[in-house]
Amino acid sequence: MSRAQRIAFGVMLAFFLLAPLVLYPVFLMKVMCFALFACAFNLLIGFGGLLSFGHAMFLGTAGYVSAHAAKVWGCPPELAILLGTLAAAALGLVTGLLAIRRQGIYFAMITLALSQMIYFYCLQAPFTHGEDGIQSVPRGTLFGFIDLSNIWAMYATVLVVFVAGFLLIYRAIHSPFGQVLKSIRENEARAISLGYDTTRYKFLAFVLSAALAGLAGATKAIVFQLASLTDVHWTMSGEVVLITLLGGMGTIFGPVAGALVIITMENYLAQLGAWVTVAQGVIFVICVLAFRRGIVGEIAHFLKKPL
Amino acid sequence: MSLRKLSVAVALAMGATTGAHAQVSDGVVKIGVLNDQSSLYADVGGPGSVVAAKMAVDDYIKATKSKLKVEIVSADHQNKPDVGSQIARQWFDVDHVDAIVDIPNSGVALAVSAVAREKGKANLNTGAASSDLTGKACSPNTVHWLYDTWMLAHGTGSAIVKTGGDTWFFLTSDYAFGHALERDTSEVVKANGGKVLGAVRHPINTQDFSSFLLQAQASKAKVIGLANAGADTTNSIKQAAEFGIVKGGQSLAGLLVFLSDVHALGLQTAQGLIFTETFYWDLNDQTRAWSKRFAAANGGKYPTMDHAGVYAVILHYLKSVDAIKSDDGTKAVAEMKKLPTDDPLFGKGTIRADGRKIHPAYLFEVKKPSESKGAYDYYKLRATIPADQAFRPLKDGGCELVK
Amino acid sequence: MTEIFGIPTQALFGQLLIGLINGSFYALLSLGLAVIFGLLNIINFTHGAQYMLGAFCAYLLLNKTGVGYWWSLLLAPLIVGALGMLIERLMLKRLYKLDHLYGLLLTFGLALVIQGVFRNEYGTSGQPYAMPAELAGGRNLGFMFLPNYRAWVIATSVAVCLGTWFVIEKTKLGSYLRAATENPALVQAFGINVPRMITLTYGFGAALAAFAGVMAAPIYQVNPQMGADLIIVVFAVVVIGGMGSIMGSIVTGFGLGIIEGLTKVFYPEASNTVIFVIMAIVLAVRPAGLFGAQK
Repeated sequence: MSRAQRIAFGVMLAFFLLAPLVLYPVFLMKVMCFALFACAFNLLIGFGGLLSFGHAMFLGTAGYVSAHAAKVWGCPPELAILLGTLAAAALGLVTGLLAIRRQGIYFAMITLALSQMIYFYCLQAPFTHGEDGIQSVPRGTLFGFIDLSNIWAMYATVLVVFVAGFLLIYRAIHSPFGQVLKSIRENEARAISLGYDTTRYKFLAFVLSAALAGLAGATKAIVFQLASLTDVHWTMSGEVVLITLLGGMGTIFGPVAGALVIITMENYLAQLGAWVTVAQGVIFVICVLAFRRGIVGEIAHFLKKPL
Repeated sequence: MSLRKLSVAVALAMGATTGAHAQVSDGVVKIGVLNDQSSLYADVGGPGSVVAAKMAVDDYIKATKSKLKVEIVSADHQNKPDVGSQIARQWFDVDHVDAIVDIPNSGVALAVSAVAREKGKANLNTGAASSDLTGKACSPNTVHWLYDTWMLAHGTGSAIVKTGGDTWFFLTSDYAFGHALERDTSEVVKANGGKVLGAVRHPINTQDFSSFLLQAQASKAKVIGLANAGADTTNSIKQAAEFGIVKGGQSLAGLLVFLSDVHALGLQTAQGLIFTETFYWDLNDQTRAWSKRFAAANGGKYPTMDHAGVYAVILHYLKSVDAIKSDDGTKAVAEMKKLPTDDPLFGKGTIRADGRKIHPAYLFEVKKPSESKGAYDYYKLRATIPADQAFRPLKDGGCELVK
Repeated sequence: MTEIFGIPTQALFGQLLIGLINGSFYALLSLGLAVIFGLLNIINFTHGAQYMLGAFCAYLLLNKTGVGYWWSLLLAPLIVGALGMLIERLMLKRLYKLDHLYGLLLTFGLALVIQGVFRNEYGTSGQPYAMPAELAGGRNLGFMFLPNYRAWVIATSVAVCLGTWFVIEKTKLGSYLRAATENPALVQAFGINVPRMITLTYGFGAALAAFAGVMAAPIYQVNPQMGADLIIVVFAVVVIGGMGSIMGSIVTGFGLGIIEGLTKVFYPEASNTVIFVIMAIVLAVRPAGLFGAQK
């Protein structure tokens, strides 16, 4: 990691370690889950150049599988989360095969439509309990001895998952794989002419992004003990786009900053109902017109170092 | 009295009062109105429930001169169980809220009920439909005040069959709530000697019911049961009018309809609709007086039964808190079950061991435009279902609190 | 009574006709989307909101100014079209040099704002809008009861769709439009005011959406959410038809409406997903869409 990035990482880690002493831990766990979700999404758009408007299907499906595994099959939380992540990866495989065939706008619309299909399936499948969602999901005991109904144990677990996912994404971006991905984003024709099978790289990035989004979703289901339709609805896909856009697409820390801002805003505006939607829309418009680099992007631009 | 005895008496009195305040957590009884303020159910409960809650607090303190300090907060759960349970958790953990009230949408209601139980707080539900709240998901912290799917099914279903509507066709919203409502109502129809000729499931938030209504029309059932809610109900009704269904001799049975739905539809479209509710503003002098006060505080909009429920349940809750001098959720709910209820809106009633409030139910029919004397004069009373028959028998619910 | 697959022919033809009506809305909306996409290469996410605005315009015109349905059919598209042009001038124009995804994000944000504001004001119970008296009632066709209004919807949509197709494919104005899509710089060099044409085209697309909204007002509830879920289905329609192909979107719109109607008869629970399933199949087999050309 470059020096600036190491400092940023330190700041981020310190924040999540110390903040629960002052702020509500459940709120922070929500931020971490969404931050991981956004980081996974950012892998695809920021580094792969593919705007997926259907990422909610991974978040939500993993959540449902994880919740069902924990509640109905009685799996311990680590197994439930793993199953959820695998389910999202499998879904990513199938949808990726269909979506990767097109690019740009088409890709976005296809992912949106596929996600909507998953939404309707989840609405009707008996195991999801439709509008009610899967409720009272047990937190369980991690590895057989850590009781996750203790708020600090749960917090620590989420922190570990978040940092692990974050570092994995970092590693993926700064590997040869990540470099090829970036080159595809910049100029796909050139990458093809250099001999890279661009479709395969994009496909791999898609599946990886799907799996990590699933990890976020599966963890979230255990934390909140609930898996619901909200997580598969297209507005959730829109939300992760917003978070990433505001934080800074193509930056490492952008999605985390974006998640913090957006989740905080939603918390405060929750009293005001539909104004949340309006606020989100306004932020979208402002970001697209005047603030394309996003928060971390602007900071990085100012420091002239990548963040 | 000697000075010593006086000072002892004063000390004891002070001790007693301080003790009482110490038991009401941080001196304030905080009630949270959690409902849908911006979508499907915003007119059913929404900001109106907050108005009703404030009225209840003001009226209670004025009438009883109680020393309780009561605060009302509110939030929008947007019909999402995750949002609802997070708000509930935050309210209980961080904001010192003692009781949550209203909570329409069964999914959210069940989630909040679980959280309230975990935290030992009071869950006073008026808005949700699921009879599971007092059945297999019952809890010592939950009171289900207003209505439930069993009541709706048995009230509307049996009343309609008894008045000649013995063949039914269902238009069902394809999710848990709709299925339950269809199932419960079918049972009632069959138990009363009627026949269910068919059913069609439609996705929630359907815009276009034409094909489903066509099938209902083709079935020639006397009654088309609408096992759905909100925009789905108003949409099906509106489009049924377009297809001349009521004019053709079939009647529509709205299984979950509120005053706000009828207002949104207009009498021209909604006339003839039959459904069950547990409150209407024009029932008697007391309900009329209260409703006029409510409308004045609510921008001229008359109360739905949900608003009335919020008002009544808070009155009873505050009475119980005063009685036991504590706002501990579990204890307050236990006291609510002990004390009989009496309010100007629902009359006298009780809350059973499973949390179910018992009061009469009313079968209403929507007036024709010519029969209405003005805005909100929409219903005529077709039948009253006595309290002991309106709700599911205690032993049938499968509630663990009932032994 | 004859039966096909266990469904009486009466009911079947009834449903087919209904499907045609739904298809009319799909066709109108996907037409607007296709026109905008064809020329601007922007997916107009605001399309659903503009459809909703059209319906609300009709509602407000009636309730605040007493202007009835027939005038609303003309006025609402003009108003919403003008608003659309404003959006294009003030905001979209700045994004043409950038990746086209930004256009999608901007229109998405705008859709959220418009829908949110209306939801705040009107809630989602829906406002009633009276059927125009001239079109109320219906006739018994023997195999179904066809409300006059729905017949009107089919007829008008077909007329508007074909009219638009004709203008774009067969007139000089349309040929300028198509040329500007291919090579805006060259067309501008010939003296055609390309930016103005683009603004007008966006406005026209928005007006088409609003027109569909006014037509929808008497039969669906006028509520702020009415465009939100519909727009995603229309996206699928456009993907299936092949983006940028005008005739493609029209035919696909009507066709999918019919297929959806049939699904409602045989397997109603799937009626929401059938269009997406078809989209998935088309993508697997013919990624450019049924009528699209591989770009």
